[in-house]
Amino acid sequence: MYAQMIKSEASNEDPALLEAFQARIDAGEKIEPRDWMPEGYRKTLIRQIGQHAHSEVVGQLPEGNWITRAPTLERKAILLAKVQDEAGHGLYLYSAAETLGVSRDELIELLHEGRMKYSSIFNYPTLNWADIGAVGWLVDGAAIVNQVALQRTSYGPYSRAMVRICKEESFHARQGYDAIRAMAFGTPEQKRQAQDALNRLWFPALMMFGPSDAESVHSEQSMAWKIKVKSNDELRQQFVDQTIPQIEYLGLDLPDPGIRWNEESGHYDFSEPDWPEFFNVIKGNGPCNVDRMKDRVSAWEDGAWVREGLMAHAQKKAARKVAAE
Amino acid sequence: MTRDEALFQFLLRMGDNTLILGHRVSEWCGHSPVLEEDIALANTALDMIGQTQLWLGLAGEVEGKARSADDLAFLRDAWDFRNVLLCELPTGDFGQTLMRQFLYDAWSYGMTDWLKGSADPRVAAIAEKAHKEVTYHLERSGDTVVGLGDGTGESHTRMQKSLDYLWPYVVEMFEKDKVDEVLADAGIAPAPDDLRAGYDDITARVLAEATLTLPEGSYVHKGGRNGRMHTEHLGHLLTSMQWLQRAYPGAAW
Repeated sequence: MYAQMIKSEASNEDPALLEAFQARIDAGEKIEPRDWMPEGYRKTLIRQIGQHAHSEVVGQLPEGNWITRAPTLERKAILLAKVQDEAGHGLYLYSAAETLGVSRDELIELLHEGRMKYSSIFNYPTLNWADIGAVGWLVDGAAIVNQVALQRTSYGPYSRAMVRICKEESFHARQGYDAIRAMAFGTPEQKRQAQDALNRLWFPALMMFGPSDAESVHSEQSMAWKIKVKSNDELRQQFVDQTIPQIEYLGLDLPDPGIRWNEESGHYDFSEPDWPEFFNVIKGNGPCNVDRMKDRVSAWEDGAWVREGLMAHAQKKAARKVAAE
Repeated sequence: MTRDEALFQFLLRMGDNTLILGHRVSEWCGHSPVLEEDIALANTALDMIGQTQLWLGLAGEVEGKARSADDLAFLRDAWDFRNVLLCELPTGDFGQTLMRQFLYDAWSYGMTDWLKGSADPRVAAIAEKAHKEVTYHLERSGDTVVGLGDGTGESHTRMQKSLDYLWPYVVEMFEKDKVDEVLADAGIAPAPDDLRAGYDDITARVLAEATLTLPEGSYVHKGGRNGRMHTEHLGHLLTSMQWLQRAYPGAAW
């Protein structure tokens, strides 16, 4: 899940309009850019879609960290294609956000000023090659669980972006699993790397769904507006249930001693992630927050002359065309 | 030198160019000036790594010592690499990256175009695929060089500096040696200097539109395509590129 801790905005609009809007949502209609919508709905969506877009962009960094060190030409090509897809997701999502009346540049500025967030997961480092497999398998795997649900979200452009993104993410998750499988079934050193990656990324992946429903006071309005369609805990449980058999197939040790099958509930029990750590990462104190933002801000600032140069050229070209007519 | 020995060297030259330049381009991931450029650079790098798999795959086949494309990419040391020096230079700023790409693409365009008619059908088949990609790369890098050359004062200055720095490395792409003679006689590959006129046409047109001027001076840097003397930069590139294969020999990934 790329959008965490999104607080719904309250609305003070005309009750009749709000009621009609809610009726459309309840009837399962999609809301489109030109339709009337409560300000709170618009703002919540801008924050959620913007955060999601930022996550795709910042997410290039931990994966890009291994492109130049990928162990084979094929793995290098797969990783390049994946990172390119993630940047493409960033583009669709910024475009979806633009339909709500905010520009990509405005959103980027908010990110760089620390007034918008991106997913906490990308503040963890990628330390060995198996991390690249684990990111595809666990991080994209977790993202899919959330995003498959979001295909049914009430805002049309967001919902349609999710349909396309989910197809690519499913492919990434399978590629990630294939990469970590090669290591889990490889030499003892490779298996050790795979285990290390799983142990480090398991809890951060669980945190991607956001805090427990009991503590997530902001979810209720988002659920009513169908911006969110399933609760954090439901999604997390679904992810755990689908992932544990995959860990067992790999022959890796479970990353949490609290994992056990619960016959009664029909689900796996598991330990809670370290929530104080999660809130710290969200606040900016994760292992990579400072470096990630420094990278993004300097890419933007160092590239200013390129954007300005290309813009100036486009204007000159347009002026020459007018002069010639 | 037998024809296969010459062909092996030629294929290393082709595959090492795309491998090393693809690697350099991929270094931009997540750091480019605008999201569209992140996508475009990753896409370019991806095409070049794909071409590498084909060129080095065929090189291993022609050599006949059961070396795969990965063996050739990850287990040779710097002196066995046959890429031109232009490809291994550091990325520099975005302008230098795109200027280098343009100077390479304009050569690669003429080369793959010629190779589509190679007397060796395996070479022709790879060129057929690569040429489609290179045609697009050239269009994009050429447009960007024009946009930045004829942009603001700052972008113009930066592009002119990049051209001044890179131009002395261009001549190496047209150097001719025994390998080229053998293959040109067999109709497998062109005599490199035959590609020069077409190259000069493309660069003259694009650089004029970009309001950039070719630097004075005729000194040239070379030594990559025959392996005589690479730059210091290649060793560092290989250190990171080959690390996993070197640290865990024999592992399957």
